[in-house]
Amino acid sequence: MTIKPTPYKRITGLGASGGGTGHFIKQRVTALVLLVLVPLFLLQFLSSFTSGYDGVMAWLTTPFGALLTLFMLSAMIAHMRIGLGVVIEDYIGGAARALALMLNTFLCAALWVIALAALIKIYFGG
Amino acid sequence: MSSHWSDPRPLSPFTSIWRWHITMLTSILHRVSGVALYGGVMVMIAWLGAAAAGPQYYARLMGLMASWPGRLVLFGFTLALCFHLFNGVRHLIWDGGHGYDKKIASRSAWLAFILAFLLTLAIWTVAYKGLGLL
Repeated sequence: MTIKPTPYKRITGLGASGGGTGHFIKQRVTALVLLVLVPLFLLQFLSSFTSGYDGVMAWLTTPFGALLTLFMLSAMIAHMRIGLGVVIEDYIGGAARALALMLNTFLCAALWVIALAALIKIYFGG
Repeated sequence: MSSHWSDPRPLSPFTSIWRWHITMLTSILHRVSGVALYGGVMVMIAWLGAAAAGPQYYARLMGLMASWPGRLVLFGFTLALCFHLFNGVRHLIWDGGHGYDKKIASRSAWLAFILAFLLTLAIWTVAYKGLGLL
């Protein structure tokens, strides 16, 4: 199979939205990041998780554990915001679509702030 | 959308007419598992929040998760994560322009299912052994 490249002029900021490849690229970049971070996280998480509360706190107060968790969740939230956005655009129309897309964005932003706050509290107060 | 749909032309009857094949199933399940994992991330953040709130909150959440409905949901999230991960690799390979051949696409679909089940079982075996349940 041969790939016929899209002309560069069509990629750079044309069309009604002023851009269309941003989400496409971001979804793939976050996918690649998660492909590395999720296996790393699972390896570390399982051994701390099975040691109960103390094991989890001990791991999340190491710079590596805290940052790995933060980076993985950040990539996940960015990835799922785009993903659910596509699902919303496929199945919901009209004003409900705009509302659903906004709620998706707000929820993802709130989840990220909660995750960050929890990690900061654990890291500095735990 | 359906309530505003006024186009009289027929919609693609793909799920009712076509014979079900494995690549169709992986495509649909990629979306289903992705939406499910939205909930999975919320559970993960609830887990972080409970750890930040203190041992008594953490114990309460662990109690919920250790119940049989809780375990079933967590097992489902693990399976969804593993499937979405392996099937996502298929999508990335397709983005590179490879693997579109019918037979290869079907084989990689089966491979994604098999690897997802194996990794899920591996994760739960490690977790159960670590918790002394196995």
